[in-house]
Amino acid sequence: MTVRRRVLILVSAVAVLAAVGLASVLHASARADRRDHVQAGGPRVTPGAVTLRDPGRLVFRNMAWGPHRDELTAVPADAPGGPRTASGLKCLRFYAASGAGVCLQAVHGAVSDTYRALVLDSRLRTVHRYDVPGIPSRARVSPTGHFAAWTAFVGGDSYAGTDFSTRAAIVDTRSGELIPSLEAFRIVRDGHPYRAADANFWGVTFAADDRTFYATLATKGRTYLVRGDLRRRTVTTLHADVECPSLSPDGTRVAYKKRVAGLPKDAPWRLYVLDLRTMRETPLAETRSVDDQAVWKDARTVVYALPGDYGADLYEVPADGSGRAHRISSAAVSPAYLD
Amino acid sequence: MYVADSRASTSAHAAVRPSAGRRRAAVAPTVLALGTVSLVTDVSSEMVTAVLPLYLVSGLGLSPLGFGLLDGIYNGFSALVRLVGGHFADRGGGRHKWVAGIGYGISAVCKPLLLVAHALTPIGVVLAADRTGKGLRTAPRDALISLASTPGTRGRAFGVHRAMDTAGALLGPLAAFLILRATVDGYDAVFTVSFCVAVLGVLVLVLFVPGGRGGPGGPGEAAPAERPTVRAALALLRRRDLRRITVCALLLGLATVSDSFVYLLLQRRLGVPDRWFALLPLGTAAAFLLLAVPLGRLADRVGRWAVFLAGHGALLVAYALLLTSWHGAGLPYLVLALHGGFYAATDGVLMAAASDSVPDGLRSSGLAVVQTGQALTRFACSLLFGAAWTVWGDRAALAGAAAALAACAAFSLTLRPERTVTA
Repeated sequence: MTVRRRVLILVSAVAVLAAVGLASVLHASARADRRDHVQAGGPRVTPGAVTLRDPGRLVFRNMAWGPHRDELTAVPADAPGGPRTASGLKCLRFYAASGAGVCLQAVHGAVSDTYRALVLDSRLRTVHRYDVPGIPSRARVSPTGHFAAWTAFVGGDSYAGTDFSTRAAIVDTRSGELIPSLEAFRIVRDGHPYRAADANFWGVTFAADDRTFYATLATKGRTYLVRGDLRRRTVTTLHADVECPSLSPDGTRVAYKKRVAGLPKDAPWRLYVLDLRTMRETPLAETRSVDDQAVWKDARTVVYALPGDYGADLYEVPADGSGRAHRISSAAVSPAYLD
Repeated sequence: MYVADSRASTSAHAAVRPSAGRRRAAVAPTVLALGTVSLVTDVSSEMVTAVLPLYLVSGLGLSPLGFGLLDGIYNGFSALVRLVGGHFADRGGGRHKWVAGIGYGISAVCKPLLLVAHALTPIGVVLAADRTGKGLRTAPRDALISLASTPGTRGRAFGVHRAMDTAGALLGPLAAFLILRATVDGYDAVFTVSFCVAVLGVLVLVLFVPGGRGGPGGPGEAAPAERPTVRAALALLRRRDLRRITVCALLLGLATVSDSFVYLLLQRRLGVPDRWFALLPLGTAAAFLLLAVPLGRLADRVGRWAVFLAGHGALLVAYALLLTSWHGAGLPYLVLALHGGFYAATDGVLMAAASDSVPDGLRSSGLAVVQTGQALTRFACSLLFGAAWTVWGDRAALAGAAAALAACAAFSLTLRPERTVTA
């Protein structure tokens, strides 16, 4: 083959490949545009004032298509499928309690996305702002509103990197003091001090005493429920195979996702409730795999997200293992019941 | 050829490439073509690598934890693939180009498969196939580079190739994020464009890299004893020079802490803010990119072995800086520059050094043996380092690695191959 011929082949191939690449980009971008238009049959969303001191209301990230996609929206807690009031604030993950909120959002930079955490006051104004080292995953605020926590996935950077880790941070919402990673806490496992380079924490949930929290510790391929002490800076393992714990309002039970043996690798979890006094596990009536940190709607009901047509839908199920799960709102994620 | 390689650098190769041999001579077109293939392919693969965590978590809603569990098993398999690839590339008088082409092709085909793989298991399989392609192509590609350059300019040839390769790795994430920005979560567009770019890489290889059969030097010149059989490949280790190089590479690999640990140490010990954490590999890559050619040229002039060992010296200094209690503002930059310099002084230079000791007919196999050994000891080092970190903490683990590196480097100094080629 002559050089001329080879160059000709290359140029034609570049033209074809560029056309294919361009077409895929245009196709994806047209699809993105469609998401900015309201979908027929979707929930009605209107802009309005949203505050975090509004008992009887439920705030979540609205995922319905339209101009208010990804914004925090409020609905009556007893009619979560009804019309939504959009706040104008976009968050990937959100939680609120006692008039304090935490919003994890993406910052679109020139060459890459970065993430940050905003600590919000009751009128959704930013009080503190922190860098988040990876993709936001879980967010919580203590019942008192004095502490907030978040978890991020920190990606691997090797070739076709598959080594992920998590980073869990806790912040004092009053002073702004940040604990960037729970890995700095001393670990007590089965009564002995424990140290591991591969220790990962995620899914923090707070008790009402401004000192105790619960979280998941993963090390050597196992997960544990740990009880943390913010003053002594320790975590103590309590129970194995617990992920994303969520403490009940009375502080006696933990709703969590449990990796159940024999389930498929991509859908390995079931919702359970653990009684912290008896350490008895109760499987809940939800039959699908749940990858979420549940929230307690009240002392008897937990609410969680499952994948849906527009990203995620919210479901509720009784916390005692009875009844069955049902959908309460579509195109919604990261719910917080206001008090 | 082998004898010609080790002493007189001009005669045999000058016949193939009359312009080569001079210090200022142009880099062989084949090397530039392979550099282009690597650049383009790295753009393609790094596009996927950069968005993969985001895609798994935000796009598919999967939890990526525990995803790396099979990495250990896969590392072993990948090593095997590399050796097999090297062996097949040498058979039939040198099919380097075609084995490398299959490797690039497998990785290209994996990109559109990501569009249809929506669960962890299929995605894991696709990524494994992608890495199989990478394992398959590395040794034949390096063999082609070494066969296309004269012994006296190999350091520079590998330097040029590694610089182009790294440039691609830096451009890939940028391209991916520009597409994601234009399409709002258009991961399918990223994978499609990545596929198109990968196909382009394969095309450049097919069109512009001369066929393996009868490459420079030709297959017929290999002595019967060096026929590319498995036994001959294993017999390579009986050659004192190659054995020494391999032993040194293995020993030094055993004391080379993996990149992720280096970045973790940088963050923990020097307090690099979280938002910069993802940018640390870019620092290493930038230094690698800038230093690959100058250090390759230096290796041609002062000897590959000297530069290779000096590279490990740079790594040792980086460890020492991480161990000091001095926390200057410029320290992270210095550590990253040394880390990138370490790669620039060792990655391509080791291949250039090993090429001097392997006959043309067994070039892929020989390079595969060195690369595989190095990869395996580095993996062993990761495991040991992780364990040491667990038991003694990060500072003690790093001090141990530094001591091991110093010891291995001192030992390597005594093993220094006698016949080092300089231009």
